Amino acid sequence: MSSAVKESRSDKLFLVCNYIYLTIALVIVLYPLLYIVSASISDPKYVSSGEMWLIPKGITFDGYARVFENANIWIGYKNTIIYTVVGTIVNLIVTLPAAYALSRSDFVGRGFFMALFLVTMFFGGGLVPSYLLVKDLGMVNSMWALILPGAASIWNIIVSRTFFQSTIPKELQEAAHIDGCTNFRLFIRIVLPLSMPIIAVMALFYGVGHWNSYFSAMIYLNDSAKYPLQLFLRQILVLQEMAAQGGGAIDASSATAMNTKAEIAALVKYAVIIVATVPVIAIYPFLQRYFVQGVMIGSVKG
Amino acid sequence: MQPDGKSALSPDLSVNTIPNRKKNTLWRRMIRNWELYLFIAPAFLYFVIFHYGPMYGIQIAFKNFIPTLGVTGSPWVGFDHFVRFFNSYYFWDLLWNTLSISLYELAIGFPLPIILALAFNEVRDSFFKRTVQTVTYAPHFISVVVMSGMIITFLSPSSGMIVNLVEGLGFQAPQFLTDPAWFKTVYVLSGVWQSTGWGTIIYLAALSGVDPQLHEAAVVDGASRFKRILHINIPAIIPTITILLILNMGSILGVGFEKILLLQNPLNMGSSDVISTFVYRSGLVDAQYSFSTAVGLFNSVVNAILLIAVNQIARRTSENSLW
Repeated sequence: MSSAVKESRSDKLFLVCNYIYLTIALVIVLYPLLYIVSASISDPKYVSSGEMWLIPKGITFDGYARVFENANIWIGYKNTIIYTVVGTIVNLIVTLPAAYALSRSDFVGRGFFMALFLVTMFFGGGLVPSYLLVKDLGMVNSMWALILPGAASIWNIIVSRTFFQSTIPKELQEAAHIDGCTNFRLFIRIVLPLSMPIIAVMALFYGVGHWNSYFSAMIYLNDSAKYPLQLFLRQILVLQEMAAQGGGAIDASSATAMNTKAEIAALVKYAVIIVATVPVIAIYPFLQRYFVQGVMIGSVKG
Repeated sequence: MQPDGKSALSPDLSVNTIPNRKKNTLWRRMIRNWELYLFIAPAFLYFVIFHYGPMYGIQIAFKNFIPTLGVTGSPWVGFDHFVRFFNSYYFWDLLWNTLSISLYELAIGFPLPIILALAFNEVRDSFFKRTVQTVTYAPHFISVVVMSGMIITFLSPSSGMIVNLVEGLGFQAPQFLTDPAWFKTVYVLSGVWQSTGWGTIIYLAALSGVDPQLHEAAVVDGASRFKRILHINIPAIIPTITILLILNMGSILGVGFEKILLLQNPLNMGSSDVISTFVYRSGLVDAQYSFSTAVGLFNSVVNAILLIAVNQIARRTSENSLW
């Protein structure tokens, strides 16, 4: 449109302002991200003094070395991968068939089920009753406490249902039924293969959720061998326990030694942020259109 | 063509002469699609157990919960816990902090994705646009723990990036994390950084539905870009804005407590303690189960009332509402 119609002067000015605005937004979001990457491979003394502000200075990989030496990081990584994979599979098994059933107009009772599910969007039992329930079910300190209480999200069920409604033609289902195809085979053989985009979107939404969650692990797990990555990150980044670790040999009364220790702790923090976030951030640009698609499908209904 | 299908269909035609026909076909439709009930069973069980189960547990808000007696067996105490909460010296502080953080977040965080989406929508240059979009969406995927870690590191008094920046500009950097006066700003602005980009997607979806002919006609009539945004694009996203505003109002007492919990420290508690973090502390840390459930129930009831009220207002004043 911009090439077809000659822009007036005020429109050109407007466009220039718009580009400036977007560039500022870009810089504000991008700068902290680049800073962390640079800080994770820079000499910590330049980082804390502010001399390193964009380009890495005094390059060192000491931070990463210390992160990978830390056994907890490996334990956390392993647990997080297990919880993410198992959790996402459970999510898909609960979400997709239910969403498909709800998408069928000949499903008697779908209004009832939908209403039953929707109520939970606006009202819930709250933290303590949920905690007591999980405790009564004997799931404390087990992986299932992190997976089952979040086995489905009503939002994702609605998004999937909308997808099935808009992409699976009703005629296809009718034809399959006339041919004697059962609902079960129809779903497995015809509906699912046609629904790869929504399966990808759901797997990604749920997967990222599992990867990033810490709160249920914090309240339900007591055994640190079962901790997911985010709980170890919390110890390092928020409770700052790394700073106190492994410093036994250094004389605490020496001010410079204290400084070095603090600097190393800071270096480790930057490195650990990268190590924990890279898996998600690295795959995201390739899958961006799926994520975006998911939100868009949701908004059609929303 | 399978014989099973034929036999499943043929009774349909022959038995229809029974008087109670409507009920009968309904029953038959249920039988014919029996597998769909199997499909929905896991989700049904999930919602009944993990959502309606805790709702049954809410009754301990009106009881003195004793673990050995269980939820059902514990003695009733009526509204004692609510009275204790409303009369406590921290009640007004908690309410104020919760409300002010929510409203602050709404005032800053709600309009920004709309403005950014309108700005994206004016750009045709696809590489630049895609770059800005990809970058601004990215922080959405940072976990709340890493986000809090970044905030703490950047605001660290001796060496943090933002502290260095402020001091580099010649100002005295405030104690961002320990001064209660700064907590809410830190919380809100870091949230804006993290979620503004992602928040544009839903508006961009609405904007993509605008009929290009409207714009063409407006151009012919001499409308500037700004005028077209004002009179075409903004009206087109008003329904989306209304719905999101209603949803936001409904969670006004439900501020994202996971991040607050991580950023809380004894020094900023005066402005960082909100109802949900209080529920966590009194319930799970101090094990005052009944009291904490009562506080949580107060919170959810206020949320539900707000949601219904705002939805009613929206329905009266415009045609956009949730139901």
